[in-house]
Amino acid sequence: MNKPIRTLSLFCGLLFLVLLGNATYLQYFRADSLDKSSLNRRVIEASFARERGAILVDGEPVARSVKSDDRYKWQRRYPAGALYAHETGWFSYFSQSGIEHAENSVLSGDDPRLFGARLADLIGSGQPKGGSVELTLNPAAQKAAYDGLQALGTGIQGSVVALEPATGRILAMVSLPSYDPNRLASHDLSKVSAADKQLEGDPAQPKLNRAIRTTLPPGSTFKLVTAAAAIENGLYDEDSQVPAGAGYKLPESTSIVHNSTGSACNPATITLKYALEWSCNTAFAAIADKLGNAKMKKMAENFGFNDTSLQDLTGQVRSRYPSMNRPQTALSGFGQADVAATPLQMAMVAAGIANHGVLMRPHLVDELRSPDFDSLGKTDSEVYKRAISSAVARQLTDMMVGVVEEGTANTAAIPGIRVAGKTGTAQTGRSDISNYAWFTSFAPADDPQVAVAVMIQNSQRSNGEISGGGLAGPIAKAVMEAVINK
Amino acid sequence: MMGRTPTGQPGFLGFVHRRRRGAELFLLILALAVGIGGYAAVGIGVDGAVPTNIVGYGGWLAVLIVACHVAVRIAAPYADPVLLPVVAALNGLGLAVIRRLDLAQIDQAAGTGKAPHVFANDQLVWMTIGVSLFIGTLVVLRDHRVLQRYTYTSGLAAIVLLLLPMFPFIGREVNGSRIWVHIGPMSIQPGEVAKVLLVVAVAGYLVVHRDALALAGRRFLFIDLPRGRDLGPILAMWLIGMGILVFQRDLGTSLLCFGLFLTMLYVATERPGWLFVGGLLFVAGAVGAYFVESHVHARVVTWLDPFGAWETGSQQVGNSLFGMSWGGLLGRGLGDGQPWRTSYAESDFIMSAIGEELGLTGVMAVLLMYGLIVERGLRAALVCRDGFGKLVATGLAVIFALQVFVVVGGVTDLIPLTGLTTPFLSYGGSSLVANWVIIALVLRISDQARRPVPDLSFEEPAEVETTQIVKAVRP
Repeated sequence: MNKPIRTLSLFCGLLFLVLLGNATYLQYFRADSLDKSSLNRRVIEASFARERGAILVDGEPVARSVKSDDRYKWQRRYPAGALYAHETGWFSYFSQSGIEHAENSVLSGDDPRLFGARLADLIGSGQPKGGSVELTLNPAAQKAAYDGLQALGTGIQGSVVALEPATGRILAMVSLPSYDPNRLASHDLSKVSAADKQLEGDPAQPKLNRAIRTTLPPGSTFKLVTAAAAIENGLYDEDSQVPAGAGYKLPESTSIVHNSTGSACNPATITLKYALEWSCNTAFAAIADKLGNAKMKKMAENFGFNDTSLQDLTGQVRSRYPSMNRPQTALSGFGQADVAATPLQMAMVAAGIANHGVLMRPHLVDELRSPDFDSLGKTDSEVYKRAISSAVARQLTDMMVGVVEEGTANTAAIPGIRVAGKTGTAQTGRSDISNYAWFTSFAPADDPQVAVAVMIQNSQRSNGEISGGGLAGPIAKAVMEAVINK
Repeated sequence: MMGRTPTGQPGFLGFVHRRRRGAELFLLILALAVGIGGYAAVGIGVDGAVPTNIVGYGGWLAVLIVACHVAVRIAAPYADPVLLPVVAALNGLGLAVIRRLDLAQIDQAAGTGKAPHVFANDQLVWMTIGVSLFIGTLVVLRDHRVLQRYTYTSGLAAIVLLLLPMFPFIGREVNGSRIWVHIGPMSIQPGEVAKVLLVVAVAGYLVVHRDALALAGRRFLFIDLPRGRDLGPILAMWLIGMGILVFQRDLGTSLLCFGLFLTMLYVATERPGWLFVGGLLFVAGAVGAYFVESHVHARVVTWLDPFGAWETGSQQVGNSLFGMSWGGLLGRGLGDGQPWRTSYAESDFIMSAIGEELGLTGVMAVLLMYGLIVERGLRAALVCRDGFGKLVATGLAVIFALQVFVVVGGVTDLIPLTGLTTPFLSYGGSSLVANWVIIALVLRISDQARRPVPDLSFEEPAEVETTQIVKAVRP
């Protein structure tokens, strides 16, 4: 009977080899994909219970982990509450967003760049700690933007973005309504679910970061792009006479475009500078039609339309300037038709003009640091595109200063400082939705330190009371002052 | 060629008869270090301190293990020295892991007002009973061949035990399988005891009927097929196996019983044809069960896609896979994982808890220990001098191999899940006690096999089959 017993022992050996092989496959080769599964509670819990690194603004934590006595050892806190909610995002048991999501590997300590620190933790038997993320935000500008929007009253929906033109650093990014991320980071998971349900169900969409995720017609602020295209293409300069008038009949159409700023635009021809200062729709429709869709589209794309440029926050949507027919192209000259932009995009237009025509890539993360505060890398300023020549930029700056000093944007004027700006009031084309107020500006005009875009999507006001200069201008002014007077 | 034993007695055919009890004691101390060290590590991992009762716990474990050693030294001095330490290490590790899961249960129940399910103390009691029966078996059963007298008695007992859960009032259905018997406050799985009796019965039957089964038959397609009338017992076993599957919905025990019978038949008759016929029968039964039994069907579906019906179906296998993958190569460390996420982690899924907290390293160590048990069992069968002992040792070793393969394979999604305990690791009284008795039987057989032949009469061992060559002598 020994021969079959030997055969049997070989068979048993084979069974065990198969088990060993399968365990190896499972725990080594397949482990990565299993660990990444969204169904895997263990990994979620482990990261939820871990000491994450802080998110810092000007050295102060706007998100940090504090020790907790319950089953999760660390509690995520957002000391500033709703003020930075759309930048930090939330870190909940169920999901993450914003920087919490985008820089998760550094914050959680899993990043390969933290390998050395992790090794030290392993030897010292400590739990792995996460690195920290320093943002580019300017606390004063952020606060000014937040307070400015908030001051418009309850039910406000809007956004402010401020950039440093020379670097692309994002100095302020606010979206209202906002939410308190502390509610979503609670260890009481049923409360988190309830809070999340309430936020998701809110028609005002508080979780939506309007600065990068909402595109609306930019209205008259888009005239900066039309003017840039006109000058860049040698069609006009700031002092050239451009066709204007009380009405403009769209080509290949019977519709007639009117101006919203009274009789200032009524002469048959005015200077380009004057047309921008008084935001003459008829003039810019005529210019856009003369330039044609291709040239308009190219200039829009020079400023970042049809592209996403912010790398630090996920979920940025494209601003649109599509191919259009003639009448639509004419309408696009003053930011209507199918043109749609995010507040970030309009801030980029102002920043590109301010920075002598060179558009820097906007970024929110300034520096990543290890748990021991060693730098893991600073975000370098990076040229995104050359939008226009510096000569064109100079003329546009001059014209924008005129808008503030003599035209529609006087609400943003800062005493003693030359401010460049442009208002916008975009028609929604629907009776049930009120007009959008826009404002974009930079200052000081000679040495730009800050470029701002303000967008008011819904201010609970009637259309007669809504204008870019009236609602958005003062907010832009407050943000610019906060940066300049630091 | 003659070998020499330390006792000065000549060995048989170069076989050196050595007791190696000192080696066993040394290995047992290592095993004890696994058990007590594991218990201490659990305390440190979960509470940050060595458990306060470590002296009492460790002391009791040491008493049990030393008692085993003394019993083996006295009652079976030539027994295999590796088996007992491996078993002691597995049992100690199992206790530590069960204790770790208990602590998790206590932690989770804290503040909810619900009483936590704790198992470690019960398991220690069961281990004590198991060790007592182990010692009892070694002391009372001085020669395993005595068991051959009870061939039909144990066969009948095995069948009665297997049928017990089907009786009203005492039988219970737990988690879809009707394999439990409740007598007063006690609940046992009679199948665990039945498998030992089954090995004895089948070995006793086969050692008598092997010639008829082996020699008659015809050759077909290069395979020696058995005679039709010899198919009776195999068909009976198949029916029993299928009966367990259909009426008790216990794929594991069914597979175990039938697989056991087939391999023993193969070993007894040395004819692979039996495996072929039996394998076909089993596949036919299993395929039939897949289509008829929703229970079996569900297991196969979960096996093919453990994450398929996460919200509606069972998350057990998926959670087990997550735990093991999270453990990775070195594991989270005892007390630092979340093995409680897998339901029944302390019984069927204990390998998943080990994989999570001790990593692939721990899983491999445990699998190698099981491999050692099987290998040592088969080795006892090889050197055993009588056919009955050979068959019993083979059967017991195969039970181990099949059971470990089926349960670990199920937990790691290699094969569909079947509810079986992991020997010596899982929580479960019947299983633990039965396995200790199995080890006692294997040690008894190995003691007989390795012991010097007392009267030095060179009697032909059963496995050496000589062929008489009758030469034609011409006058």
